[in-house]
Amino acid sequence: MSDLALGESRDTRTQVQVQPAMPAPAAAHSIALLINRFFEWFGELGIFFWKVARAAVTPPFEGRELLRQLDEVGSKSLPLVALAGAAIGVVISLEARYSLSRFGAKSMFPATLVYSVIQVMGPVITGLVVSGRVGAGIGAELASMKVTEQIDAIEACAINPYRLLAATRIVACILMLPLLTIAADACGLLTGWFAQALVEPLSFHQFIESGFHGATFNAFLPPTFKTAVYGLIIGLIACFQGMRTRGGAEGVGRAATNSVVLASLFLILADVVLVKFILVVFP
Amino acid sequence: MDTVDDIATKQEEFEQDGRAPVVAIDNVYKSFGNLKVLNGISLSVARGETLAVLGRSGTGKSVLLRLIIGLNQPDSGSIRIGGQDITGLPMDQLGLIRKKMGFLFQHAALYDSLSVAENVAFPLRHHRREMSGSERDDRVRKLLAEVGLENDIEKMPSDISGGMQKRVGLARALALAPEILLLDEPTAGLDPISSGEIDELILKLQREHQMASIVVTHDMFSAKTIASRLALLDQGSVVIEGTFEDLRQSDIGFVKEFLMHS
Repeated sequence: MSDLALGESRDTRTQVQVQPAMPAPAAAHSIALLINRFFEWFGELGIFFWKVARAAVTPPFEGRELLRQLDEVGSKSLPLVALAGAAIGVVISLEARYSLSRFGAKSMFPATLVYSVIQVMGPVITGLVVSGRVGAGIGAELASMKVTEQIDAIEACAINPYRLLAATRIVACILMLPLLTIAADACGLLTGWFAQALVEPLSFHQFIESGFHGATFNAFLPPTFKTAVYGLIIGLIACFQGMRTRGGAEGVGRAATNSVVLASLFLILADVVLVKFILVVFP
Repeated sequence: MDTVDDIATKQEEFEQDGRAPVVAIDNVYKSFGNLKVLNGISLSVARGETLAVLGRSGTGKSVLLRLIIGLNQPDSGSIRIGGQDITGLPMDQLGLIRKKMGFLFQHAALYDSLSVAENVAFPLRHHRREMSGSERDDRVRKLLAEVGLENDIEKMPSDISGGMQKRVGLARALALAPEILLLDEPTAGLDPISSGEIDELILKLQREHQMASIVVTHDMFSAKTIASRLALLDQGSVVIEGTFEDLRQSDIGFVKEFLMHS
């Protein structure tokens, strides 16, 4: 006869601890909270965007601050963006040469490099580099101003902080991203050609003529100017994260990190949509 | 809803009537989540008068100032500045009224990327665009001389002490020659001599410009010196309001205890 009582198992007798699963209602509540916070975040972002957009188009305009931000976002990001573009040019050159050689299509190298850099890698790399440098900088700066009441002081002086701080930075990002992308593309093409020319003689003139052969403005302008949307994403998210910061030094760090992470994520997601849009509108 | 022009007209009409209080807080309630900070506060300040608001830490004194300048909104009640109810006003209309107010924050809230002179010039640069650069510089120098910092013009906020930062904050609050001055702990962190100088400055401004001032302070000596009326807060409500003599003669236990420890 079994020495086990009714309902008792060997496992129970040997006292194996089995952790109970989270009760279903508590798990559902946690998920509901997460979804709620997700939509709340987008709602607050939408309200923030509306306030900034309204402030940006109503006088008095902050021309001086805008010029300062154009320098901060544009000129000071140029060396980093140029370096990133140059590195990408070399990488694509090395990879393309290897792949094209395998398929006997070495003559396609110039066009491959040109289209890869200008249509795809140049814009994305520029966006990610600027997101890291400018996004973190704006997020941290505005977060620091928020926790030390400097933004409140601006508002108490009857100056609209959405106009002075956020709109200027966002407009600067929108204007500077396409220009920085052009710089990154130029450096990428230059170093890509140079990497190829070291292995096989190819004059720069031949490279340009071959690479841009048959190309139209439609092939290159939309991918470059789509980076204005990247600029909007980077500026908007960084300013939003910075200006809603709470929690002292920890909050400042969180704002800087979130600015970079969220801006980079939304930039890549936006690229999916923008690429399709460009293919449809500019076939 | 009033337009900016409507507000300007109302302000002009109000200024011609010298009887009404410049700042009128009527039955204001404010909570942050479950924490009740202000519980039906009613106060008023007339032109040329200084009201000192005293109380224990955490009784909502600074929150009261933030409500008056419009940085926070009351849950209920009204706040009238120059006869205009500012509760719920959009930022551009509130800006018209804020230009007539100067606010000194508890920790000065200086712009840390600007020098001392640039901090004081900041409101002038935005609201007195008709001023030339040299006129603006002269005004900045005069304001900094009034707070005893004429030799620290080019320094950055991180290069000066907390007390000096407070004085720069006061100079900035005075930049637009406000009609209403809101001061959050103006003498906190200052030595007795500097505190006395700030008190003298506030009295001088009151005499010369008939400014209405609300001063949040723990410094009973300073409050007695500069204020014509004092209001003592406890648990978000006004326990007593009157002259220092009224407080001294009060039988309310909390008032006696507060004065004893001051």
